[in-house]
Amino acid sequence: MQNTIYQKLLSNKVIFSLIFLILLVAPMLLSDFRLNLLGKFLAFAILAIGLDLLWGGYTGGVLSLGHGIYFGLGAYCMAMYLKLEATGGAIPDFMAWSGMSELPLIWIPFQYPILAILLGVIIPAVVAFFLGYLTFRNRISGVYFTILSQALVIVVVTLFIGSQNLTGGTSGLTNFETLFGFHINASSTQTAFYWITVFILGAVFFFSRMLVKGRFGKVLIGIRDGENRMRFLGYNPSAYKTFIYTLSAAIAGLAGMLFVLQVGIISPTMIGIIPSIEMVLWVALGGGRGTLIGPIIGAVFVNTAKTGFSESYPEYWTYFLGILFVLVVVFLPNGLTGLFEKWNERRKNKNVSNSIRVEKSVS
Amino acid sequence: MLVYSYKQNNIEMGGKEMRMQNLFYLLIVGLLTSFMVACSAVDNAANADQPEETEENAVTDNIEGSSEDEGDTIKVGILHSLSGTMAISETSVQQAELLAIKEINENGGVLGKQLEPVIEDGASDWPTFAEKAKKLLQQDNVATIFGGWTSASRKAMLPVVEENNGLLFYPVQYEGMEASPNIFYTGAAPNQQIVPAVNWLLENRGDSFFLLGSDYVFPRTANAAIKAQLNAEGAEIVGEEYTPLGHTDYNTVIAKIKSENPDVIFNTLNGDSNVAFFKQLKDAGVSSENIIVLSVSVAEEEIKGIGADVIEGHLTSWNYYQTTDTPANEEFVANYKAEYGEDAVTADPIEAGYFGVYLWAKAVEKAGTTEVDKVKEAAKGITFEAPNGTVIIDGDNQHVYKTVRIGEVQSDGMISELWHSDEAIKPDPYLKEYEWAKDLSESLAE
Repeated sequence: MQNTIYQKLLSNKVIFSLIFLILLVAPMLLSDFRLNLLGKFLAFAILAIGLDLLWGGYTGGVLSLGHGIYFGLGAYCMAMYLKLEATGGAIPDFMAWSGMSELPLIWIPFQYPILAILLGVIIPAVVAFFLGYLTFRNRISGVYFTILSQALVIVVVTLFIGSQNLTGGTSGLTNFETLFGFHINASSTQTAFYWITVFILGAVFFFSRMLVKGRFGKVLIGIRDGENRMRFLGYNPSAYKTFIYTLSAAIAGLAGMLFVLQVGIISPTMIGIIPSIEMVLWVALGGGRGTLIGPIIGAVFVNTAKTGFSESYPEYWTYFLGILFVLVVVFLPNGLTGLFEKWNERRKNKNVSNSIRVEKSVS
Repeated sequence: MLVYSYKQNNIEMGGKEMRMQNLFYLLIVGLLTSFMVACSAVDNAANADQPEETEENAVTDNIEGSSEDEGDTIKVGILHSLSGTMAISETSVQQAELLAIKEINENGGVLGKQLEPVIEDGASDWPTFAEKAKKLLQQDNVATIFGGWTSASRKAMLPVVEENNGLLFYPVQYEGMEASPNIFYTGAAPNQQIVPAVNWLLENRGDSFFLLGSDYVFPRTANAAIKAQLNAEGAEIVGEEYTPLGHTDYNTVIAKIKSENPDVIFNTLNGDSNVAFFKQLKDAGVSSENIIVLSVSVAEEEIKGIGADVIEGHLTSWNYYQTTDTPANEEFVANYKAEYGEDAVTADPIEAGYFGVYLWAKAVEKAGTTEVDKVKEAAKGITFEAPNGTVIIDGDNQHVYKTVRIGEVQSDGMISELWHSDEAIKPDPYLKEYEWAKDLSESLAE
């Protein structure tokens, strides 16, 4: 009896509904500032789902240490539109002091909000497609791919910092005012952004789940376990890998756009090597690589811890965060969701051993 | 099979081991929950201070939200990078601000209330600066924020303080072209550091310049102004180089410098790069007698890192040196050393952070409230005997009048003054007073 109750309690459905219930009531319980933070964490969670699609259990566990780039591309697309909206079509201040007098060509499409939003998904997807196509087609995988993705980060960050007249350089883009005429920092707009983020998180989650539960996911698992076998069966693993990599980059771009709307700034410090590795940490610490729910928990948990520690102990928070990471890795090798699984497992085992004892005593 | 044997193992696992593991899980769960509780407690405490607010008046609440009615302390935010690459510079500014707060509190506080610093870490990450500024203004309802170092961090905080109608005291010299109604700039505007330095160099050291800077907004903008100024004066620019922040290999740049042989290198490098650049310059056999380097981001604190023997004889341009001869400075240096140790040095940004706190306190006393609009109004024209001399807040742009000082690095790591302006110079962030800067400031006027 007990066993089934526990199982039910810990079954995915209950966890899902619990999480969504929490997200639903959050606006009523949290102050504007906290809600805004939660919104930011949820944007990170969206990215983490994309990363989990790629790394967690599917597609031979392609580990990308370069997702900061796709996040950044999406974020910059959004930020460019917001910046132009704020300056009213005039050239942004950093261009003026970099000696430019006209809007450069690559900024022109970003005058149009719909186009900017579309590009925020398309540009990361296209970049990922080319990188993915070239590497996977040449059967570069495993650690070599990871190194390549890391190299891409260095290239893009250097490019972004170097072309200050186009990207705002180290300072990045900030000081936005409106989106579709709505004041971006107003409390009501921010609450709306929160709901949009929750909605997109849900949509991305269920879409990804549908994808991996179906035939497509089975093929991906097949590729993970025996890429050559799948190839001989007539599947084209590189096409599958490229697709999932591209999809994951597009999701990262989406997350980047939501980040900019809620945080109001994007700079190269958000897309560099350290944030790119942090993103993988969210997935790893959340646990249950391939569960899609773990990364959500991980992203929210790690970032809550980061913010919480740094607010409570501004001078020592980095140590606390480090200790937390070590604790999770040592004691919860399967991440936070692993905790639930283990618990579940333990309960079952107890029942099994109980029944064994019962059998013994009977005999 | 695997799963099966795993289960088997678990069954065979001794009860003691199981208990141990359980303990660990309990520990972690306990840690997490206590953390969550702590978080929400902090939240509730902050929320309890303010009345229930509906969404519509949340913004206006924040505007009027001053800490004056909240008991016998006034909260002020301190937001510097305490971790990351900027920590080494910003920590000492934070210390100076805390010293000023301590002194003010010892003398009875402001409006009869003690100041309560709320410290946050900007972590050398600009979005974090924005987030923490928002937290200080919205959650803690601080009366003002003292913080920032890099221009990027200021630009990240700017929309936040404007949006929430907060106050920010920014203590570092910067590139100008900005005057936010919610920021007080206690560091130098370009006409209080860079323009006079160029003039002085032209008069005393020659007219061929090599511009070297880190690749970000301050050096780029500063050099745009310097180029306009040099062109107007008919001087020669033989080279202009930018290296990424944190760059440490200057051999190529130095080779270029040697072949061009300028009279002056105008150095706007920031951070660690200075250490590498000056060491490699010395190794390449270039001394201050051959080519003089004037730096605008190297102060006493940085000289400690570079090594006084390496940079000895080169020039700097600031508003304050530890050696500046004023009664206020004598006291400040003594107090700073008493608080943070005999080895601690004071420098321009440290001093600007320090007197920024006093300027704010004086403005609050004059206004009789911490309400931002009234404090801003009261701040106009306020004077203070700062360690660098008398500073006056310019009501037009919320910068301060400061004395310009050109100095030479000594073998003991101190900087001795070679020249100073006759009086405190009026801040001119947009360089409107200069004919040659017309194009520059016009293109930025909108």
